[in-house]
Amino acid sequence: MPQVHAWLYRLLGLLRKKQRDAEMAEEFQQHVDLLTERNIAGGMSVGEARNAALREFGGVEQIKETAREQRVWMWADEFLRDLRFGARMLLRTPGLSILIILCLTLGIGTNAAVLSWIEGILIRPYPLVPHQDRMFALIGTTRGVPGHNGLSYPDFVDLEKNSTLFESFIIDRITGTTLSVGDRAERATVGIVSANYFDALGVKPILGRGFRPEEGTGRNAHPVAVISYRIWKDRYNFDPNIIGRTQYMNGVQHTIIGVAPERFHGTFIGYSFSFWVPTSMQETFDTTGYKLEDRGARWIEAYAFLKPGVTRQQAQAELNSISQRLENDFPETNRGHENHLVPLWKTPFNGAGNMSSTLAITMAVVFLVLLIACANVSNLLLARSLLRRHEMTTRLALGAGRPRLVRQLVTEGLLLSLIAAAGGIAVAYWCRNALVLAFPPPLPGTVIDYPGQIDWRVLAVSAGICIVSTLLFALVPAIRASDVDLSNALKAELGGVLSGSSRSRLRSALVLVQVSLSFILLAGTGLLLQSLIKMRNASPGFNTNVVFSVVDLFSAGYKLDRAKIFHIRLLDRVRTLPGVESAALTRVIPFSYNVFSSAPIEIDGYQPPPNEQPTVEYIEVTEDYFTTLGIPIAYGREFMRTDDENVPPLAIINETMAAKYWPGKDPVGQRLKAKDRWLQIVGIAKNSNYHTKTETPMPFFYVPLRQNFRVQNTLLIRTRETPGAMMNALAREVHALDPNLAPLITDRLQDQIDAISYSQRLAVTLVAIFGAMALFLAAIGLYGVMSYTVSQGMRELGLRMALGAGAKDLLRLVMSRGLQLTGAGMVIGAGAALMLTRLMGSLLYKVGPRDPFAFATAFVILFVVAFIACFVPALRATRIDPVKALRV
Amino acid sequence: MAKEKPDLVYGTLDMLILKALQHDPRHGLAIADRIHQMSQDILRVEQGSLYPALYRLEAQGLIKAEWGVSDNNRKARFYKLTAAGRKQLAAEQEHWSRITKGIDLVLSGA
Repeated sequence: MPQVHAWLYRLLGLLRKKQRDAEMAEEFQQHVDLLTERNIAGGMSVGEARNAALREFGGVEQIKETAREQRVWMWADEFLRDLRFGARMLLRTPGLSILIILCLTLGIGTNAAVLSWIEGILIRPYPLVPHQDRMFALIGTTRGVPGHNGLSYPDFVDLEKNSTLFESFIIDRITGTTLSVGDRAERATVGIVSANYFDALGVKPILGRGFRPEEGTGRNAHPVAVISYRIWKDRYNFDPNIIGRTQYMNGVQHTIIGVAPERFHGTFIGYSFSFWVPTSMQETFDTTGYKLEDRGARWIEAYAFLKPGVTRQQAQAELNSISQRLENDFPETNRGHENHLVPLWKTPFNGAGNMSSTLAITMAVVFLVLLIACANVSNLLLARSLLRRHEMTTRLALGAGRPRLVRQLVTEGLLLSLIAAAGGIAVAYWCRNALVLAFPPPLPGTVIDYPGQIDWRVLAVSAGICIVSTLLFALVPAIRASDVDLSNALKAELGGVLSGSSRSRLRSALVLVQVSLSFILLAGTGLLLQSLIKMRNASPGFNTNVVFSVVDLFSAGYKLDRAKIFHIRLLDRVRTLPGVESAALTRVIPFSYNVFSSAPIEIDGYQPPPNEQPTVEYIEVTEDYFTTLGIPIAYGREFMRTDDENVPPLAIINETMAAKYWPGKDPVGQRLKAKDRWLQIVGIAKNSNYHTKTETPMPFFYVPLRQNFRVQNTLLIRTRETPGAMMNALAREVHALDPNLAPLITDRLQDQIDAISYSQRLAVTLVAIFGAMALFLAAIGLYGVMSYTVSQGMRELGLRMALGAGAKDLLRLVMSRGLQLTGAGMVIGAGAALMLTRLMGSLLYKVGPRDPFAFATAFVILFVVAFIACFVPALRATRIDPVKALRV
Repeated sequence: MAKEKPDLVYGTLDMLILKALQHDPRHGLAIADRIHQMSQDILRVEQGSLYPALYRLEAQGLIKAEWGVSDNNRKARFYKLTAAGRKQLAAEQEHWSRITKGIDLVLSGA
């Protein structure tokens, strides 16, 4: 306790130095006066008395100084002095200082930027939501079925009703609508949300209100919408009377009741929302039909807020018991169905889940970059400490303590890293929203949103990084510098090229670290690049040159009959267009953001394991689908134009499904039951990918679109024309059928696949950028050490030259030293990389984490760079004038 | 420095000051006088070490300073013990008597 008191007291003393000094002077004056009085009383004259008193008191200034030391916080005082002195030292070698600050800015800035992404995307993605720590994503799973699904509305209502440990549950289902902007069609992202959405999140609309409880229920009963700030600005020009205005969406007039705050973009990470509508409007916005009363339709992406003090385990236990009860009460739909709480950063249905492994790898990589930068700065400081050896020796000789010198050097380091940290935060600020650049909007009009967030946490960790890096780079040179042997320091330090002083050994060790870290990064980059190339080149099992196009009939308010006529006519017209080889309709395309249909199935003669409900995804397609996409039919036949409502329901299954449910039997002619209908299997299609290229083969089936027509479909066209040319031709055909419509998008399937595999591309881009940075830094470090070695070894080199060594010998001598260092670094790096690249497993595709090609490439690149970095100083060594060198 | 060497054992000044302030607040000179008097003229505190010690104790929160008026109506800075100082004094006295007892035993032993 006295220690703390003294600390505070001295801190105060530091701030009120003048006042304290004045008080002290007055106190001493009083003391001397008292002594004087006493002396007069003892019989002295006034003058004598005063002199005697002053003598007795002693040196006033000395006492003051000693007393001041007790009062003023010496350490802080010295710190300020070190800081001033440090600043002067940095200004004396401006080039070196700038180089050091640049290296550190790079290191700290990249770390701060990636931290801001992690904070903004994974940790605290919703800056306006006050209790994110109690917020969890709520997902459904079905026992025996890999992956996750959502919640159904009746289940959601039962969870809400029966739970006691939860503060609230919210629904957020991403969907979209097409708005016409002049004669163009543009997408707007819409959230179907529970009525309590804004209240539960604690987000208050800046105009109007959120939803009322009754607006969540009643089939299509409450066409109301809250709009985003961005839409208010862009589409309605900040109309102050926006509340009460209407917006036509999906054939229904919606009344605008509120405007969300500027920084609220919705709760689906990756997208910035334009509109929110209550759950009652689900049918209006969901092309797959009315689901509010269907317990088997798991379309809801939900979040839960726990009550304060409730742990995730407790809440999960309660969820389990409710899920179990639902399973008993509704075995038809809920057999094997479970609900799970998932931390926000693991949310599987939005961008967070995809981004987490990418960001984790990136964080590791930028940390390596920071380490390399620190090693570099350490090296540069060591080089500078040579210049300052005279200063250090003098200070030591004059009695400065070694700890004092270390403190001086660490203070200087701190000054450097503080400047760099300020620069780094600026870099992070500029880069905080840079991630969006990696994601082109999937549809015109949609706004991708991956915001970084720089808050006190990011700043605190950045400050921590700053301090850690200071310790990393400044401490080693500081300890070395303070460890000057006074008697030896007076003699010239003449290291040899081969032997090397302990100082140059230390610098070599630092280069070793840099080289090995760079190797790890290069090998990692190589692995990721290879996977990306392999993934791009891997066939998904269908022809990716096929053009797809969407006309948003649903948003235009088309009902089923009209939509059916439109699509059939459009298909017939497209088939006659020049350059079109074949065309088909499908409800959704593979690799799409839209979901396939899915249904619990029953199969003649197949008994599922107990507590398991086989559920399989399927799509609705027309004739020529398999021909157009180039998916071979292994057995049986493709759908035909005549497979419509007039014939019994049919299905084509994929090979995996055939093998799983009809092992060793011929499924063609057999039946499967889905959605209360028995479907007759007419063919078996070869497997292809449906969601991603990395998925494991899964059961899948196809049903004729003409037997299961929906309003919204996608046109697939196999053509020799470019998508651009096709788009124009299509626009004419669409216009001819309905002058108010335009195709929303016309693209190749390959573009869609590229768009959806962004997390791999992003990882590769980021790791490649940072890998290049690391390589560059390591090259600088190697070059610095070799130049230093050559300049230190001048005398030895000159001697060798005088004794008859040729330029070639000297070149070989210096090069071999540098390359030995590189070689050793690469070996260490390779060893570390072998262990570390395993962690990248989830980002690798058909490439082993120990792929020899990636490692060999890293070897070659690093070797070439190291060769160049050593060659320049080595060349200088051969140009030494032996006469001059020996005279030094 | 033709001054009488203070007969003080190193590190005991703080304790003596605390002791001198045990009952009444005093100003600097009065503290020196008090120690001088209590030690029956054996111990003499030099001003040069008195004030640094006072400021050190004040910084540690063991004593507190206030401007006041001395007996002969002069303005003076008075120091008084804080609760923490009182505790510290007790602890140091206890410690000191144990140490001296130990030293006595060693010195008086054969």
